[in-house]
Amino acid sequence: MSTNRLKFAGAGLLAAFALLLSGSAMASGLPPLNMPEGVTEISREVYGLHMMMLKICAVIGALVFVIMLTSIILHRKSRGVTPAKWHESTSVEIAWTVIPFAILVAVAIPATATLVKMEDTGGAEMTIKITGYQWNWHYDYLDHDIEFFSNLDADSTQAYQLGSDLSPLDVEHYLLNVDEPMVIPTGTRVRLLLTAGDVIHAWWVPEFALKKDAIPGFINEMWVNVEKPGIYRGQCAELCGRGHGFMPVVVVAKEPADFEAWVAERTGTE
Amino acid sequence: MAYSATADEHHDEHHDGPAPGLMRWVTTTNHKDLGTLYLWFSLIMFFVGGSMALVIRAELFQPGLSLVQPEFFNQMTTMHALIMIFGAVMPAFVGLANWLLPMMIGAPDMALPRVNNWGFWILPFAFTLLLSTLFMPGGAPASGWTMYPPLVLQTGEAFPFLILSIHLMGISSIMGAINIVATILNMRAPGMDLMKMPLFVWSWLITAYLLIAVMPVLAGAVTMLLTDKYFGTAFFTAAGGGDPVLFQHIFWFFGHPEVYILILPAFGIVSHIIPAFCRKPLFGKASMVYAMAAIAFLSFIVWAHHMFTVGMPLAAALFFMFATMLIAVPTGVKIFNWLATMWRSAMTFETPMLFALGFVFMFTIGGLSGLMLAIVPADFQYHDSYFVVAHFHYVLVPGSVFAIMAGVYFWLPKWTGVMYNETLGKLHFWLTTIFVNLTFFPMHFIGLAGMPRRIPDYALQFTTFNQMATIGAIGFGLSQLIFLYIVIQSARRAGEKASDRVWEGTEGLEFELSSPPAYHTFTTPPTVR
Ligand SMILES: [Cu+2]
Repeated sequence: MSTNRLKFAGAGLLAAFALLLSGSAMASGLPPLNMPEGVTEISREVYGLHMMMLKICAVIGALVFVIMLTSIILHRKSRGVTPAKWHESTSVEIAWTVIPFAILVAVAIPATATLVKMEDTGGAEMTIKITGYQWNWHYDYLDHDIEFFSNLDADSTQAYQLGSDLSPLDVEHYLLNVDEPMVIPTGTRVRLLLTAGDVIHAWWVPEFALKKDAIPGFINEMWVNVEKPGIYRGQCAELCGRGHGFMPVVVVAKEPADFEAWVAERTGTE
Repeated sequence: MAYSATADEHHDEHHDGPAPGLMRWVTTTNHKDLGTLYLWFSLIMFFVGGSMALVIRAELFQPGLSLVQPEFFNQMTTMHALIMIFGAVMPAFVGLANWLLPMMIGAPDMALPRVNNWGFWILPFAFTLLLSTLFMPGGAPASGWTMYPPLVLQTGEAFPFLILSIHLMGISSIMGAINIVATILNMRAPGMDLMKMPLFVWSWLITAYLLIAVMPVLAGAVTMLLTDKYFGTAFFTAAGGGDPVLFQHIFWFFGHPEVYILILPAFGIVSHIIPAFCRKPLFGKASMVYAMAAIAFLSFIVWAHHMFTVGMPLAAALFFMFATMLIAVPTGVKIFNWLATMWRSAMTFETPMLFALGFVFMFTIGGLSGLMLAIVPADFQYHDSYFVVAHFHYVLVPGSVFAIMAGVYFWLPKWTGVMYNETLGKLHFWLTTIFVNLTFFPMHFIGLAGMPRRIPDYALQFTTFNQMATIGAIGFGLSQLIFLYIVIQSARRAGEKASDRVWEGTEGLEFELSSPPAYHTFTTPPTVR
């Protein structure tokens, strides 16, 4: 009796997993389930690696579960079976050492290629220095005379408080909105320099597949080349104290002409 | 293997039983008493740490702060982790080792009985210190159990208590580990060659070496934190020429082997239970031992996969990625060996077996998500998100904790001499399994969708899965009360009498002894053929 339940539980879990993944593909009103594909060449490669790994793992997992469930159903004492006596087989053991190793080599190759691309920070057309503080981000455009702090927007700040009258449900982009977003041009290779003023933070925008630590006293580098204009939202990803959940990252990508207009407006050279 | 127990094993040992009264537990040097103490301590800490998890989950039931302030939320995540790792899982494994190792290798007791007593009695003091910080000005440590500087240096009066309690836990672990190595290497019964040793013994021998190797590293790291805060050093302060990332390297050089300290004994336990209820010998015993040794070795060269986002040279990132992926090979061997043990066996499904099967099933899920985390470019997305939270809870809860519970159900009748209530045991398993998945499976989704870990509040699109997780966590917590009841009933000796073999398919020296075993066993070593 209990084994039937185990069987159903296992099948149910797999079915739920498959259903949820297909649900994400259909985007049928379910909350987001999967990594976003993102809006850069790199983010799509990362998404591809993620989906490849997810599929390989799902197949291996399904294989393990099917073998296990087959044993549970067929090789049970209540069916009057006699247990086999064997307890080793060199050839089988070599096979399940070598085959996984080969799979690993096969996935290591594309992973390495993508990583090499991500780490190549040369050829930047503009540079922004990002500094994490407790608890906001500071953006400094090294090629322009622009710098500003970016704080959680007023509505979210009011709504998150204990016993607040303003419900988070009534705030647009609750906890993912700022008073002043970072602005970048599309189609431009932008270098981001990361550091921090107090403790370690991490700057993360899932749509760019970029996450890196902002470390006081050290400078980290990454780069992004956004293809589509849009507003992209992320959060601090490294625990940085009381306000860790309340220092979002918002990046607005504008067409180069619109970006130039924004720069002119910011610097008052219009 | 065959054993010949000494002729009058069961009747010879009434001469010195336990001391009467409460002092028995304070002064005891008996491995069985200390095993019991460790296991009770672990169970208490499991409920303390679990209550903190419920505070976390309750706060995360809906967007907006509804119960606690962010400071307290961070204290809960920090304390929950420290208590579950150092207070619940590690002492449970040491408790099982205490009870079982001497009986499995035919030794009269642990090699260093007084060290054993001291090792245990440090723990209540360590955790009293740690828990007392909740009532201090500034509250408990709130920097996460990973204690990264500079954030951890902002801790208030709790700071030195945190460091001292970690030192105490470390001393206790090191003493326990030395004792286990000394026992296994010196006190095996004649004929018990290394390769004849049961796998739980093997898993603990390897784990004990890991502990001896890395606990001093943790002690060094936290001592440097202490001197940075109070004595003007700047190991981890950039302004003084130090490097905050250095701490992360040292911490994870301890931390990754620690991960295997938390799972290798679980491998050992499951490798006893599956063959017993399969009525078939464990498949590939030698390769199981080699796989554990390989995992232990690799655990020393993969630490930086916990910190790919700190910005490391490409060559370093590649090295740590490849080394981490390699761990999948010996881990896979273990899972395949368990499957092969089940294949063409004659299984029955008593509670210990259910927990062991649940372990294999769900540890596989946790292991596979671990493989995904090894892929550096993708790890930049997964890192510090709820995907990681899902991953390590899958290996720790339906992994380590399930194995501990499987072990308790398996050996409890041996220890107490009575069978627990099988219906309740099965109910406990099914509720726990359903709720553990309801708690942790949705975390994969919210992590991939972009929810960072360790945040007290979240954006609206994460609400549904957070609510599922919270309901699951409450159900999980309540289900453990069944376990508590079962254990108390067994401790009161309420139940049917257990046979010496306890289960039909058991093997091993501990099942040659009576149930319950005499206070002192194997005073004359058995001969193992
Ligand atoms: Cu931050």
